[in-house]
Amino acid sequence: MSATATERQQTMTLDGQEVTFAQGETLYEVARRHQIQVPTLCYDPRLEAFGGCRLCVVEVRGAKTPVASCTTRAAQGMVVSTATPAVEKLRQTLLEMVVSENREVAVNPLRGFASQELTTLVHRYGAQTGRFQGKHSGKSNSADLNPFILRDYDLCISCYRCVRVCAEQEGDYAISVMHRGFRTQITTEFNGNLKDSSCTFCGQCVQTCPTGALADKKALRGADLPGEIQKTRTICPYCGVGCSVDIMTKGDRMVGIQPAMDGPANQGALCVKGQFAFDFVQHDDRLKTPLLRQPDGSFKEIGWDEALDFAADGFRNALEKHGRRSVYGIASGRAPHEAAYSMQKFIRAGFGTHYVDNCSRA
Amino acid sequence: MSNPLADMAKPDVIFCIGTNMTECHPVAATGLKKALARGAKLIVADPRRIKLAELANIYLPIRVGSDVALLLAMAHVIEREGLVDASFIKERTEGWDEFREHLKEFTPEWASKICEVPAKDIEEAGLYYGRGSPSAIYYTLGITEHICGVDNVQSLCNLALMTGNLGIEGAGINPMRGQNNIQGCGDCGAETLVYPGSVPITDKAARDKFAHAYQRPDLDLGEAMTKVTAFNECGKTLRAMLIDGENTVVSDPDRNHCEQALKSLDHLVVIDLFLTDTAKLAHLVLPATGWAETDGVVCNTERRVQRLRAAVPPPGEARPDWWIIAQIARRLGIPGFDFSSAAEVFNELCSLSPTYGGLDWDRVSRESLIWPVPTKDHPGTPILHVGSFANGRGKFRVLGYRDPAEVIDESFPVWLTTGRRLQSYHTRTQTGRSSGMDYLLSEESLEVNPADLAAWGLRDDDWVRLSSRRGSVEMKVRGTDRSPRGTVFTSFSFAEVPVNNLTGSGYDPTTHTAELKVCAVRIEFVAR
Repeated sequence: MSATATERQQTMTLDGQEVTFAQGETLYEVARRHQIQVPTLCYDPRLEAFGGCRLCVVEVRGAKTPVASCTTRAAQGMVVSTATPAVEKLRQTLLEMVVSENREVAVNPLRGFASQELTTLVHRYGAQTGRFQGKHSGKSNSADLNPFILRDYDLCISCYRCVRVCAEQEGDYAISVMHRGFRTQITTEFNGNLKDSSCTFCGQCVQTCPTGALADKKALRGADLPGEIQKTRTICPYCGVGCSVDIMTKGDRMVGIQPAMDGPANQGALCVKGQFAFDFVQHDDRLKTPLLRQPDGSFKEIGWDEALDFAADGFRNALEKHGRRSVYGIASGRAPHEAAYSMQKFIRAGFGTHYVDNCSRA
Repeated sequence: MSNPLADMAKPDVIFCIGTNMTECHPVAATGLKKALARGAKLIVADPRRIKLAELANIYLPIRVGSDVALLLAMAHVIEREGLVDASFIKERTEGWDEFREHLKEFTPEWASKICEVPAKDIEEAGLYYGRGSPSAIYYTLGITEHICGVDNVQSLCNLALMTGNLGIEGAGINPMRGQNNIQGCGDCGAETLVYPGSVPITDKAARDKFAHAYQRPDLDLGEAMTKVTAFNECGKTLRAMLIDGENTVVSDPDRNHCEQALKSLDHLVVIDLFLTDTAKLAHLVLPATGWAETDGVVCNTERRVQRLRAAVPPPGEARPDWWIIAQIARRLGIPGFDFSSAAEVFNELCSLSPTYGGLDWDRVSRESLIWPVPTKDHPGTPILHVGSFANGRGKFRVLGYRDPAEVIDESFPVWLTTGRRLQSYHTRTQTGRSSGMDYLLSEESLEVNPADLAAWGLRDDDWVRLSSRRGSVEMKVRGTDRSPRGTVFTSFSFAEVPVNNLTGSGYDPTTHTAELKVCAVRIEFVAR
């Protein structure tokens, strides 16, 4: 019998059900696979488990105290309960301690992809926000005037997801932690501005932050626009990696970009261009009507009928006077397939030549 | 790419040459960094000390344009040390004996003189790549934008073939494509040499198929004309041109020549989002819908075919590119342009392309697949060349080193190489109009080694005139160790610094790709 087959047969008991697990799987992963919602705050499936927030604790028969399910590996015969009254009470208390520190719990979802995680759990557990009065950790940094990332550390709960995503996912190591306990402060080198650190403004820290302490400044410009946030899944318009993104819109306005965590090419990662350089789309400089050059060199706005007639007449003239080898087409490496396909068909079907190319030679 | 992006996590040894991945393909670079954290070894060959160089186990700061010499010497080391995959060579390749004999003279000592890096580092790079199991190659325009671009690529193929690093997980030869749909553009046949599906225009059966499908019995067999040749023919044999979404006068080499070419046309129609410098030369400019406004399909660098979805309405009267082209075609009486949706256009492409045969609009909307996808039940082909090559055996190419089209001399004593930066994209028609990007990078500057700055009596932020045999530009200088001594760097992104006034010294004879990575220049102080 192969090793793999042996592993497949390993079983444990999860909330009274006998379930199988693979070698190396954590209790949290096994629970998730079985659609059991174990709450977390410091967990991001793309990162090494951290075990810091303790919300994912579960009871394991034989263990004296609840264990963090994100860091505990499943073992043969383990008996695990994910939601006993004692565990749920513990989670509620933990949440109350966490939220007592924060200025607010309900934050605008434009702040970031994971920004609603704390709010959602507070509601789910009916946690009281003012139960533990006392010291606060984390001070907001309003001096960093970068146009992309709001550093609203009053909302920070020291889950270190931003620190870890920057190191583990991006390999940039721009974000670090200063001090401990109530003095804990998420910061950057020499406690300075992000621009002066190794930060590349990829926005991953913003998107993994579970409280909105790190927030998307560009998206928040749309906070006062009326309407619900709609998300449309598409592909980033920049390089050839083809990252999946969700475009956030309110009505007809684009307000921001969020990475698609299940994007096949990017698995939630983005760079500064894909994350923040989207507003060229609705820029005032966009062309809105066909433009016909006048004898004095200026351009005159015209309607489509006139424009298309003019376009066709020019190609017809070239064809009639100079033959089919007098027309050339250049397709765009930026436009979709339908544009490129139409361009090559225009030349091949229209003139019988292969006088078509694109910008890949530059 | 022969292998999918996810494979980046799997190689034992990663060889990056002519790719500034952390700036140009940052998300791919995150995969690379994770592989390094896991213990993979990295070889980087690049004239500039880019971020990747800092991560490398072996960094080879080769002189611009000396790639073939390096790659021949690495092959020499691999052969000499018996690190070849004999069974792969025997079963899947041809030309080995001749290539093996050819390699004998290209020692690391020989290459060292051309590449200007120590022979022992070249030796070590060969040993690393040869011993890696598997080893993967990643490259970008630093390989192709040379007069010997094809030789560079074939030299990389030689390395992969001799070590059996093709057709398996975590290996391969992986060009990182620069634009969101430049791979797709080629897939669609919007390239002079191929029909949709990358079928060569010299293929008689393909010609007959498209002559029939497009109702064009006189469709040429062969007779390509690249864009580079086309620009030489403007105003001569070529009289009318349709350009879709390309700011060619800024992005192409030798701007003067491009402008003159376009101005000499009787009829220039440009489709774009903005009134670019290229659009300003047109007789007619047509407004296209942009990203986020257009339903469509794109293909990424790993050959993954993905859906674009419109999220907002376009401005004013802007229309999708395919609609605009179809409307012009219909007025000219060209048959087969009765498309009423992007889906219809895409489905026609799939019906004619062997690599997309199993795809259609609905499937692409549901699934994300890597071509070739020949049939409706085919799961896609993340790794190419598994078990066999589509065209028979892998051929070793016997080739030698040659100098760039232009080398430094007394009048033009400094090497200029050009590229891109993280914070700007191409000619900044998009990033230049996205708020906040200027905070990160508001102007272009010339990167010069600090020792050169001192030797030339210059200081940071001095204005200099940078001149080549074709033109000159004025810009600020900035000292940085990223540039080696004697080589300077700048990007072509900023309109204020039209660096392509300088470039265009030569073109690869096969692909007509311009040697944008090498140009000899002179630097003169202008103002402080």
